[in-house]
Amino acid sequence: MANIEQIAKGAIEPGCAKVDPILVASGVTRQFGGLKAVDVAHLEIPRGKITALIGPNGAGKTTLFNLLTGFDKPNTGTWNFAGKDLAGVAPHKVARMGMVRTFQLTKALSLLTVIDNMRLGAQDNPGEKFFAAFVRPLWANKEREITERADALLTRFKLDAKRDDYAAGLSGGQRKLLEMARALMSKPELVMLDEPMAGVNPALTQSLLEHIKGLKENGTTVLFVEHDMHMVRHISDWVVVMAEGKIVAEGPPADVMKNPAVIDAYLGAHANSDLGDVEIATKEGN
Amino acid sequence: MDFGQIFNLTAGELIGVFTAAYALCALGLAMHFGFTGLLNFGQAGFAALGAYGYAFAALKLGWNMWGSFGFGMVCAAVFALILGLPTLRLRADYLAIVTIAAAQALYFFFGTEKYAAFTGGSNGLSEFGGDFYGYNPFPVGRYDLGIITLSEKEIWIRVVSWGLVAFVAVLLVILTRSPWGRTLKGIREDEDAVRSLGKNVFVYKMQSLVLGGVIGSLGGMVFVLSSQTNQASTWVSNFTFMTWTVLLLGGAATILGPIVGSAVFFMFLMFTQAFLEGLVNIGALPFLSIAQVGQIRYLLVGLFLMLLVIFRPQGFFGNKKELQFNG
Ligand SMILES: Nc1ncnc2c1ncn2[C@@H]1O[C@H](COP(=O)(O)OP(=O)(O)OP(=O)(O)O)[C@@H](O)[C@H]1O
Ligand SMILES: [Mg+2]
Repeated sequence: MANIEQIAKGAIEPGCAKVDPILVASGVTRQFGGLKAVDVAHLEIPRGKITALIGPNGAGKTTLFNLLTGFDKPNTGTWNFAGKDLAGVAPHKVARMGMVRTFQLTKALSLLTVIDNMRLGAQDNPGEKFFAAFVRPLWANKEREITERADALLTRFKLDAKRDDYAAGLSGGQRKLLEMARALMSKPELVMLDEPMAGVNPALTQSLLEHIKGLKENGTTVLFVEHDMHMVRHISDWVVVMAEGKIVAEGPPADVMKNPAVIDAYLGAHANSDLGDVEIATKEGN
Repeated sequence: MDFGQIFNLTAGELIGVFTAAYALCALGLAMHFGFTGLLNFGQAGFAALGAYGYAFAALKLGWNMWGSFGFGMVCAAVFALILGLPTLRLRADYLAIVTIAAAQALYFFFGTEKYAAFTGGSNGLSEFGGDFYGYNPFPVGRYDLGIITLSEKEIWIRVVSWGLVAFVAVLLVILTRSPWGRTLKGIREDEDAVRSLGKNVFVYKMQSLVLGGVIGSLGGMVFVLSSQTNQASTWVSNFTFMTWTVLLLGGAATILGPIVGSAVFFMFLMFTQAFLEGLVNIGALPFLSIAQVGQIRYLLVGLFLMLLVIFRPQGFFGNKKELQFNG
């Protein structure tokens, strides 16, 4: 686990500055009707580290992902990635800059084969240009290289047996894996994973955790949303906690888990009662 | 009843010009819908622009065949750009609405007397194929092909139109098997996923819209070159819906499908027409007149389509997994 001093610059508090941030967001808000789904005053993601973004259901984690990657427009706010201003930049340009995300609700391209899904993840394939598409020699080499890389990743993600099947035939967990592998095809600088392990069996989770650590070793920054605290504790260098749209805590995993603000955010006012009591209380209240 | 005659008429449709024209228009739609997921309900508009573009360039500008073909294609490409610019960033249904409306607007524009100087008004344009038939290498005469006998002009237009079908089919096979085609299929499945992988979805959709529209304009051109007459009344929304029928018969995400779909569709129309007429003539259907036969066969087409949707939703050639009506 990385040394804390290498990550935060100054005091550790919600929105604190980092020694070497790759992504810096300020004043990002997103309103849905009367609900402020995201209200992030300041957030920095450390470069070359694995950062977990946690928080209860509806905290605004997915919405924040959508905003940062250009899939949704914020009401206010600016953010930059590796020094480049990203506010208002189209999603495909964000991806090309090296910031690639996956989706919580998996988006496998169902009626493409698994290997074609993977190939689509690669960048700068000349054959994806209209006129070059006619001239196979212009892209045959690149295509071969991409396919080799795709096959290696598929093996790593235990999907090689499914290589030539339609993605529609994959199980829910396998789709999650495919989406993550596909995102990695572009060799991103920052990969943002929205609940990558949801529905993946524990044995495979272990190997994927190793893979994510491997990404870090190769210099890729990882930001992931996850509800599984075991996983968060196991691989993350840094944890950011969101609740009701705001960043309520951050820090190294061991410290954050003990933070009263985090326990409060997860269990609300009922921190000391069990779920059965809560239910009875709500019924009586009505 | 002369079954030999019925058979010959039906088989003649296999190489008919309209069969080729609809096959071209349906190939354009296959590009749009089958391979990209774009809903174009205005293919008649693209075909009309091809037809009027050719006729206008040949008659009013005095251009030769090549120039006229080019002009028709450019008109369709510009139409695609105009329709695509505001709608391709929006949800798929917006393109559908806009194409229906724009094709209908073109239909009224071409039919009105106000611009008769350009379009010929309700009479349309005719006798614009001089240069085209000037290229005809077949000497004047009647050619007996076994089942049907054709004039040298009828042979020439068939050679050109089926040659175009073959050319476009090969072009689409190459494109759909390339990484470019793979990106389009990805867009058909989920635009946002493809965006998240760094592809400019808008540009791909626009390229597909233009390409499919231009292919449709070729269909319109061969359609009117066969008789050298072009009237607005051809380009009603029925034309679009028949193109869709042809596409779905054969299979939307295939290339052979639209071609075979068109052949089956026109053979079916011709067969039912000739067969029912034969039955009426020998008094077997006392409740039908000859004039009603023409309409009855479309009812049968509808019935046929319903059976297809129920029993073979992917069309003749479609891969059941790859694309269905609800795809
Ligand atoms: N398109 C939308 N329209 C209206 N409200 C929305 C929309 N998207 C999200 N919200 C609301 O914004 C809030 C934050 O949602 P978000 O999906 O970001 O939560 P999350 O932290 O990802 O939760 P989970 O852990 O369950 O995935 C929720 O209250 C949700 O109902
Ligand atoms: Mg979420």
